[in-house]
Amino acid sequence: MARTLINVPPKAKRGQIIEIKTLISHVMETGYRRNETGAPIPRDIINLFVCTYNGTEIFRADLHQAIAANPFITFFTVATESGTLEFRWTDDNGQVETASAKIAVE
Amino acid sequence: MTNESESHITRRTVLVGIAGVTALGTAPLLARRAEATPEMMKAAIHRVIGEAPVRKGKVTLDIPPLVENGNTIAMSVSVDSPMTETNYVKAIHVFNEKNPQPDIISVHLGPRAGKAAFSTRIRLADSQNVVAIAELSDGSLWSDTVEVIVTIAACLEYN
Repeated sequence: MARTLINVPPKAKRGQIIEIKTLISHVMETGYRRNETGAPIPRDIINLFVCTYNGTEIFRADLHQAIAANPFITFFTVATESGTLEFRWTDDNGQVETASAKIAVE
Repeated sequence: MTNESESHITRRTVLVGIAGVTALGTAPLLARRAEATPEMMKAAIHRVIGEAPVRKGKVTLDIPPLVENGNTIAMSVSVDSPMTETNYVKAIHVFNEKNPQPDIISVHLGPRAGKAAFSTRIRLADSQNVVAIAELSDGSLWSDTVEVIVTIAACLEYN
């Protein structure tokens, strides 16, 4: 569906608060624009973003049309254990894009 | 001069004509603008968080007060909270007054966030107030409002 870019620190100390940055390429078509023949362009946005840390949900966002194209979301989490962070974006057409990043916690 | 008055084309009729055409041209554009209102924003807030009272404070909504392009505006929200198992921010909701839809984003957090903050990029269709509301684990609600002036609006371009 789309290209993604994830920034998670590869290493962290246990208990440290880390910042996670995510970007996905997506038009985020609002449904309010018209094409050159005047016909409305159907709405197509990413409406859900979820991040899990070793299977536990740590962050979830419901997105609306007011989110700019190529949604960029940053948030924080506590580095609890080594493992994998998984990212999941779902759009109006039910298409799902996933990405993951590994983190080593000392 | 005599020729002009005979054909009834004077400077005045031309100007009135231009003004008329311009007015006709913009009227449908204005009518097409589906716009939320502050009342719609209030309704959206009630739909999401219920009728509970919202107090000002604890929340910091960071948006530049003057933005050139409404299509991408950096926004970040942070909430003053220790983020422990017993005292944390459950959710942060952001609303606008004048976009076609009043919702912007709803973020769900837990104690594992460590820090109750996030940032993203939003679209604004007009100069307006943006409101962020935080829902805490004890059920209390806190808000912050920022007035944003937008010079080039999003949502209104027709290709």
